Amino acid sequence: MEILFGLLAGVLMTGGVWLILSRDLLKFLFGLVLISNVANIVIFASGGVTEGRPPLIGKSGLVENIANSLPQALVLTAIVIGFGLVSFTLTLALRAWQSIGTTNVEEMRLSETRLGATDLHGGVVSSEEYANSQSASNADAQTATEQPS
Amino acid sequence: MNWLLVSCLLTPMMSAILAFLWPGSRRAKGMVSVVGSTLLFVFAALLLRQVWNQGPISAQMGGWQAPMGITLVADHLSALLVFVTAIVGVAVSVYALTDIDDARAKGGFDTFFQMLLTGVVGAFLTGDLFNLYVWFEVMLISSFALIVLGGGKKQLDGAVKYVAINLVSTVLLLTAIGLVYGMAGTLNMADLNGKLAAAPNQQLVTVVSVFFLIAFGIKAAVFPLYFWLPASYHTLPISIVAVFAALMTKVGVYALIRSFTLIFTPQGDLIAQVIMAVALLTMIVGVLGALSHTNIRRILTYHIIGSIGFMLIGLGLGSPIAMAASIFYMIQGILVKALLFMVIGVVEKQGNSSELSELGGLYRSHPGFAMLYLLAALALVGIPPLSGFWAKLMVLEAGIEHQAWLMISVVLLASLLTFIPLMRIWFEAFWKSAPKENNLEVNMNKLSMAPVLGLSVILLLIGLMPSSLIALADLAASGVLDNESYLQVVLGSETAANVEIKP
Repeated sequence: MEILFGLLAGVLMTGGVWLILSRDLLKFLFGLVLISNVANIVIFASGGVTEGRPPLIGKSGLVENIANSLPQALVLTAIVIGFGLVSFTLTLALRAWQSIGTTNVEEMRLSETRLGATDLHGGVVSSEEYANSQSASNADAQTATEQPS
Repeated sequence: MNWLLVSCLLTPMMSAILAFLWPGSRRAKGMVSVVGSTLLFVFAALLLRQVWNQGPISAQMGGWQAPMGITLVADHLSALLVFVTAIVGVAVSVYALTDIDDARAKGGFDTFFQMLLTGVVGAFLTGDLFNLYVWFEVMLISSFALIVLGGGKKQLDGAVKYVAINLVSTVLLLTAIGLVYGMAGTLNMADLNGKLAAAPNQQLVTVVSVFFLIAFGIKAAVFPLYFWLPASYHTLPISIVAVFAALMTKVGVYALIRSFTLIFTPQGDLIAQVIMAVALLTMIVGVLGALSHTNIRRILTYHIIGSIGFMLIGLGLGSPIAMAASIFYMIQGILVKALLFMVIGVVEKQGNSSELSELGGLYRSHPGFAMLYLLAALALVGIPPLSGFWAKLMVLEAGIEHQAWLMISVVLLASLLTFIPLMRIWFEAFWKSAPKENNLEVNMNKLSMAPVLGLSVILLLIGLMPSSLIALADLAASGVLDNESYLQVVLGSETAANVEIKP
């Protein structure tokens, strides 16, 4: 059983990494979903997999070979948190696509625009912002020449 | 059961819920947040006093004894950090009353801010690894909400990067926790102390410790993993940057300190050397980044990264004096960063820009306020007798004790280079005459000046009377490195060996 879990984790991880290396925000996100499931499986498997036994303590106290319920509780918590994070990020991706107009992270350069950066993709750097950055660099040059006097 | 520990967690959580449900206006919600932070401050002060007098305290949640249940612990380091968090909480919640616009307040700023404080306090107080992950998530999801709140395109773009990298770090942390559980069969940090060292497969322990190093390193924004920070922080409203800059990265540093002193004790030289190299490179990259920018916000975001390097030195050297230096640096760094960003927020409003070329004339129009900036900047650089001086003095003392000459030269060089961009802000924004008709009549709002003044006074006091904070930092450092009292208070008098759980 553990071997099966290990293989499953490996396959999911491979797919997840491949997706995460993509430049598309959505593919990245799906990759992350796969990898977070790998994390869940790792927790589950490392807690020890017990087949066909309930995680219950009998009347006579601890019985041999009961299933460990702690990893299940941990995985459950992790799944809930992961679900929340993924749904938030999906909404964010949608919002980013609506307002920035792309989900390609290479083209999302608004917060890191350098002065005089060229417009990579229609509307990525709005003409207004571009003009602002130009005037800012002009002002820079002006103050630089003014200072010695 | 110690109610003080629980109240420190419940207060911000309750204020978050109250601020969400409160029917009133923007101001009313803001006041709920202010009252909540003030209460947290009171509880944190009581907690710090108790820990200072009696040593570490713990509370077993739900009455389940230590390795079974979740434990809350406050040793000197945790109590000190919770106290500073509360100070920042009060300052920012007051500052936000005037800084945060109605749209963002309606979007739930106060709720998410209090929730963020809950997460930060929880991360400082928990004694359980999985619980630490949960508090990280509480902190993370609130910071996600704050980072997109009322955002335009730029802010969304920054948010995407912030969210993406933090999700990666989360998954890494979760996987590492799963592997730790598999090896040791427990997640209680005090219980792990001995058990991981006794685990049969030591190579795997080292691998897992690297997982932790990377996961917490992303949160702390250390050298190769810092790119998300300058990409996202500068797009945010100043109250949010102030609290992020002051607290978020420091939680990462705290988690690094805690896990590499308590959980992975015998990992020894290799990891310590890696941490030291990372610390030095982080310092260099931080100051170089700050040098290369002309936007106040970007300069300061790089300073955040630079200062993280100083905080990791203690972990890299691993001696009590170095650890005390790092802790002192962390405490004063949190306060300086919050103050500096709040001051810059006022500067920006005066000039309606954060580009240095568009600012100026502030010294002529507001000399008193200009002095406040100078105080914060010089405290960050470490000019005596301000707080940063003592921090750097302690770091250097530790370096001399260890004869770590490379480290000393990097620290001195980084300090010098920190000075240049801060003085450039001084000359450009304050000293030179205003380049255009700046809106100099914008009133220095009393509500936003109160926290600025308050933090300045605290920093001045630390600078003039550093002895008590140094003493506390020493206690915290020895408590972290020699974790006997921590183990004692979590596991009780009988050692955990008696309670054997098989995974």
